[in-house]
Amino acid sequence: MEYQVSNKAKVWTTVLMVIGIVFTGIGIIVASGYGHLGQQFMANLLSNSFFFFSIGLSALFFLALQYATETGWYAAIKRLIEAVAGFLPIGIAFMLITLLTLSFMQGAHIYQWMDPEVMEEGGSHYDELSAGKGAYLNQVFFWIRTVIYMAIYLIFWNGFKKRSRLQDEHPDRAVDLHFTNYRKGAVFLVFFAVFSSASSWDWLMSIDIHWFSTLFGWYVFAGSWCSAMIILVVLTLYLKKLGYLPKVNESHIHDLGKWTFAISFLWSYLWFSQYMLIWYANIPEETTYYLMRIENYKALYFGLFFINFAFPMLILMSRDAKRNAGILTFVGIVILVGHWLDTWVMVMGGSMGPTAHMGLLEIGMGLLFLGVFIRVVLNNLSKSPLTAKNHPFLDESLHHEI
Amino acid sequence: MADTVIYAMYDDDEVLKAGAKKLVSKGIKVNEVFSPFPIHGIDPIIGVKDTRLGIMAFLYGLTGLMLATIGMNYFMVQDWPMNIGGKPSFSYLENFLAFVPITFEFTVLCAAHGMAITYLLRNHTIPGMPAENPDPRTTDDRFVMELRLSENESYKSDQLEAMLKETGVVELDQKEIK
Repeated sequence: MEYQVSNKAKVWTTVLMVIGIVFTGIGIIVASGYGHLGQQFMANLLSNSFFFFSIGLSALFFLALQYATETGWYAAIKRLIEAVAGFLPIGIAFMLITLLTLSFMQGAHIYQWMDPEVMEEGGSHYDELSAGKGAYLNQVFFWIRTVIYMAIYLIFWNGFKKRSRLQDEHPDRAVDLHFTNYRKGAVFLVFFAVFSSASSWDWLMSIDIHWFSTLFGWYVFAGSWCSAMIILVVLTLYLKKLGYLPKVNESHIHDLGKWTFAISFLWSYLWFSQYMLIWYANIPEETTYYLMRIENYKALYFGLFFINFAFPMLILMSRDAKRNAGILTFVGIVILVGHWLDTWVMVMGGSMGPTAHMGLLEIGMGLLFLGVFIRVVLNNLSKSPLTAKNHPFLDESLHHEI
Repeated sequence: MADTVIYAMYDDDEVLKAGAKKLVSKGIKVNEVFSPFPIHGIDPIIGVKDTRLGIMAFLYGLTGLMLATIGMNYFMVQDWPMNIGGKPSFSYLENFLAFVPITFEFTVLCAAHGMAITYLLRNHTIPGMPAENPDPRTTDDRFVMELRLSENESYKSDQLEAMLKETGVVELDQKEIK
């Protein structure tokens, strides 16, 4: 196929993974003296698995969104979206391994509701409030839900992937396949709307077991969508720099930049909406989430909001900035780190609390996952032609001008 | 300043675009194009500069942000401190979160209205202003290209007209303006 993973990319991703493993190893040795190792390791594993899984998932969502809205401009970069979405099976594997391990460890003090001592009357940590949620938060129902989410995501992803290949090979069926994609995309969005919210309650919100927020699902979803858009921008710029994608012009990059800008706003809007309503109402069971984070991670928590909101707003506002590869890459990488930290704080706040810190284990595991993620995405790219042939809107996309 | 203006009318925007491209490549300056709808991609051909409306929108937004902050600080904190839902009312900063939605809305209001009014003013299209298009049909289904002799001094008017005819015009008109 036309794209081959360059040796430089192979070396760099391997270096990332090796540094990640070494840092994680040192981190484990250092942390083994403190008695929180299991919890710390699992919390980091969960935060990283979820972050990179959700990027793949958001790319799939973005693809379905383009199909369902019959958008034209993206056709030239469709394969890039598919390459990022192609991380999904591996992301799902990471998530399942993490959740399964947590299940066997009875929650590892991350999912307290997995611990019978908390949930059963007479247990040493029995908590009535947590036990009251037992009808929803119990291992059997949790796994039924998790398996359903993952199965549906995988089925849709395999369908989109299969039809994309078929479209390349059969020009005569291209339009029929497009309309199938259109219908399946719309159906996927319906599933995704419910599952993205419900799954973030299950996997992330249940860590802060006493707390609940109806906006939480959207907030998590907006964060991961923003990260996925950044990955797409940076990937497009990277391939263009190497001389691939000659037909992708400034307008496509401008559009991707606009998405990054807009989704940063969506994320900030949801972050603020959740925060302001809880601050205003001032109900103890709702404010606990923020109290914990303000007490333990004040600078990080508010700093994150500043980075993920003010940075893209002020720097990406002008048209020229959204067409400038250097500015886009710089802002993209900064807010990608911002969203990674955001996921980290989501997991850490309710589990490790005051004992959490940014150490070698945390950074190492992030680098390890990043290395794997980049390698998988680049490998996916090399498996098919970089431009999807026979897409009905391909011509429109090649003449995209804004 | 006395000048001769040539109006070339087309019945298709793509024909006009192709024509404009051809004329410009010969060094002819197209002064203006009138059309019932925006013709995509005509701006760079006839050399219209990028709009600065975005900069104005930003400034209007900043104005809105400032006015909202000053206003609410005066109404809610300085002049008549209000206590709503037990929130401290003697400091704007501590109540900052409660004021964000209104600040945001007012910013948008000012930016949007400022931008729309600036746009109408700049284009001389405030409701009630006399129309400036050369022919009422350019608001319906015709497209008119305007050339000025003073801007194309290396050509004579009949030379210009001959070149225009080659680009597929449906009507040609010449007018002296003062």
